[in-house]
Amino acid sequence: MDKQLNDRVEHHTPTPDGASANVPTSDHVRVTTPANVCGMGHRMKRKEDPRFIQGKGRYIDDIKLPHMVYMDIVRSPYAHAKITKIDASAALATPGVLAVITGKDLEKAKLHWMPTLMSDTQMVLPTEKVYYYAQEVCAVVATDRYIAADAVEKVVVEYDPLPPVIDPFEALENKTIVRDDKDKKTNLIWHWEAGNGERETDDVFAKAATVVEQKMHLPRIHVSSIETCGMVANYERARGHLQIYMTSQAPHAHRTVFALVSGLPEQMIQIISPDIGGGFGGKVPIYPGYVCCIVASLTLGRPVKWIEDRSENLQADSFARDYHIHAKLAADKNGKLVGLKVKTVSDCGAADAAANPSKFPAGLYSICTGSYDLKAAHVEVDGVYTTKPPGGVAYRCSFRVTEAVHMIERMTDIMAHQLGQDPADFRFHNFIRPEQFPYKSPTGWQYDSGNYQAALQKAMDMIGYRELRKEQLEKRKRGELMGIGISSFTEVVGAGPSRDYDILGIKMFDSAEIRIHPTGKAIARFGTKSQGQGHETTYAQIIAEELGLPAEHVQVEEGDTDTAPYGLGTYASRSTPTAGAAAAMAARKIRAKAKKIAAYLLEVGEDDLEWNVDRFQVKGSPDRAKTIQDIAFAAYTNHPQGMEAGLEATDYYDPPNLTFPFGSYIAVVDIDKGTGEVKVRRFVAVDDCGNIINPMIVEGQIEGGLTMGLAPALFEEIVYDENGTCLTGTFSDYLLPTAVESVKWELGKTVTPSPHHPIGAKGVGESPTVGSPPAIANAVVDALWHLGVRHVDIPITPQKVWKLLREKGVTGD
Amino acid sequence: MKKLITVTVNGEAYTREIEPRMLLVHFIREDLGLTGTHIGCDTSSCGACTVSVNGLATKSCTYFAVQADKGKVETIEGLADGAGLHPLQQGFWEKHGLQCGYCTPGMIMSARDLLRKKPHPTESEIRWGISGNLCRCTGYNKIVEAIQFAADKLDGKGA
Repeated sequence: MDKQLNDRVEHHTPTPDGASANVPTSDHVRVTTPANVCGMGHRMKRKEDPRFIQGKGRYIDDIKLPHMVYMDIVRSPYAHAKITKIDASAALATPGVLAVITGKDLEKAKLHWMPTLMSDTQMVLPTEKVYYYAQEVCAVVATDRYIAADAVEKVVVEYDPLPPVIDPFEALENKTIVRDDKDKKTNLIWHWEAGNGERETDDVFAKAATVVEQKMHLPRIHVSSIETCGMVANYERARGHLQIYMTSQAPHAHRTVFALVSGLPEQMIQIISPDIGGGFGGKVPIYPGYVCCIVASLTLGRPVKWIEDRSENLQADSFARDYHIHAKLAADKNGKLVGLKVKTVSDCGAADAAANPSKFPAGLYSICTGSYDLKAAHVEVDGVYTTKPPGGVAYRCSFRVTEAVHMIERMTDIMAHQLGQDPADFRFHNFIRPEQFPYKSPTGWQYDSGNYQAALQKAMDMIGYRELRKEQLEKRKRGELMGIGISSFTEVVGAGPSRDYDILGIKMFDSAEIRIHPTGKAIARFGTKSQGQGHETTYAQIIAEELGLPAEHVQVEEGDTDTAPYGLGTYASRSTPTAGAAAAMAARKIRAKAKKIAAYLLEVGEDDLEWNVDRFQVKGSPDRAKTIQDIAFAAYTNHPQGMEAGLEATDYYDPPNLTFPFGSYIAVVDIDKGTGEVKVRRFVAVDDCGNIINPMIVEGQIEGGLTMGLAPALFEEIVYDENGTCLTGTFSDYLLPTAVESVKWELGKTVTPSPHHPIGAKGVGESPTVGSPPAIANAVVDALWHLGVRHVDIPITPQKVWKLLREKGVTGD
Repeated sequence: MKKLITVTVNGEAYTREIEPRMLLVHFIREDLGLTGTHIGCDTSSCGACTVSVNGLATKSCTYFAVQADKGKVETIEGLADGAGLHPLQQGFWEKHGLQCGYCTPGMIMSARDLLRKKPHPTESEIRWGISGNLCRCTGYNKIVEAIQFAADKLDGKGA
């Protein structure tokens, strides 16, 4: 192997357990290729954009097939009720209506229940009772979407209401059982623990000098991608073939689930996930509407389209969060954090339909010791049924990490305030130190690399932290409310190593397949699926980096299960850690073959060659060289006898460990005493996502993620009334930030490569959503601490703050 | 009872017999096959369906097609001049003003309406000008930069 290649591979080759020595931190984006190649580190304009800016994207509702008909759904007006009668005769008598599908119809094919991703079951359509508001009750198919909507109104359903179960703590009293279909008559689904034993943790607490305690609720929120979910199912009876267009973040996994549930042979199912208008985890689960759409096509033998409207999407699709947390944090007499105890109730709704790896019912929540070096931690979560829609998806987060980060960053801030210490100084005092990496956490994680001090220091320098503290003091003297909040988060992404991570038994590897054409152009296909992340650009840049082919010449494709290699899809910031790694490894396989061809063409031994950006050259005489394009042409026209023709490779990458992106965020807020409004005046975000593939795309991901963190911090919450009716079913009630509310984010970075990832990258799309809410919440409490306020649950609405201020005797004057 | 309407879309006149209740967005997408105009919320909150009707930005998901009878509609597909991109399209590409692309056509049509009214908008005017359009991916700042880019490029010459 030539020296340069050798150096690079040696530096980044995964170690079996992902362990490595300490990795140095810089603020340097590494660029090794010229602009025409556009490998890693270049701010390449996105390859996917021309079609989007000209209105030529192809989203699910743009798919139109010959003889296609439309499906619409009748939904429950009750959160919990027995169904006593369904009369579809008036609907069926409407001209243009082709079918009404009920639970009883599905029951004949045993499709009225389906498995969830968490090995629970969920109703597709009910046969006896409904268990959440807006639940799917029956499906109507008609020749036109207007006729289908008319027919929905004509289906008469009679209900016998049952008591709703809204509060998960009341649910645990088991007075009303949500899932009376199950043998065990309880609303407790599971109990899960992580970390040190309870007694061991109690011992640490017993010796502690200070313990702080806080209850907090991270409410239900909704991903609200601007495109809702939808499907076009096209069953061709003559071929026995089912083609499905679907808003799917994980098309291969969905194909396998459909094959297992329906009994159709998997080779006769093709899923095409077209352009997706935002996912954020909401397009990972399988919703009842999808199953109904497939059944409708199987029944009618023609293409059926189903597109949710916004209210259906907000009211019935998977939610995120809804964690009720009770945390205790202990510090010793030197102000060193020593122990953490957390009890959590997870309101799962009417089924455990979360999108977590199978062995992790509470996701990766046990990352909750965060960036701090604790002696012991004990974490418990109880999963509970209520009569609300099932779910537990990410909302741009890696499996419950947002909940963990919010808790530990709030608790750390409470402790700092309690001890009368500056929250920044307190964090410096308690951070895991750079030389401790790879760091083994009390809850069992092995953090790959990090330098938390560097990130926080940079954020403080950028925002002028010490001066802001002076300003705050002066303002407080004048009675003005200003707060500074810090969040120094540690993320955990890139699921994951196959020994621990699977979804329904399918290991969470991911894949890349690269084919180089004779003219030196390439097509690359992946098991992931972009929903706006820019894979068509970043994957091309990784291949450009490794092979010297201009990124412009690499066509990236995802989403068609007939052509793409098998993979688990895009969510939990896993695409770069898994499929991005697979791209590099597949490219290296190609380069190994290219070297043999180059040696043959140059009539030298392989040992005499070295790699230089886009070519193999003879050591000591760089004029004697073959470019990757020369080699590609030879691979089809003049390859050595005895060697297979062609130049292509596939890699299924099983990561040795997860990656641990981190960062430090500082928010400055001003609070209007008159209205209670929180204004985020400044927000500095220093992120470390390891090596950067495209700085422009990374900045875009961070700005978008920060805005999606601002949203639940200040605005968003799914609200139910006492009957279990959802009160936030439109964008007039469920408030997404607009350009007016969004903040002018100030971005900084440090670069600490992942030691075990082939290109040293870590993943970035979710860090800002995970890390930003506690920075804002900490800033608000920081502004109000001197009034006796210790905590405010998000969303921190003007109403909430106004009420708090009045309780504390603060008026608007 | 169906109604005969004639609507000029992107400079071309279309005559169709439609139901009076048909929404303009469905007329554009389904009858004319111009799928660049998207639907995001059905309640005129998100702006993904924004088109221009007789020169004014209009949310076509809450506007009947019959209301556009004898009128002029412009959609994202009509924005580029031949093979060249409109300065707004250039700006969105140049400044990374989009990620999933779903809100982009509506965002661009609203921005165009803004630039017609205010050829040299301030940052605040841009933010308020697109406040009827939701984007879940970008956080808006790069969209604001994209519109500033287009305003500079057009320099008052009409969007």
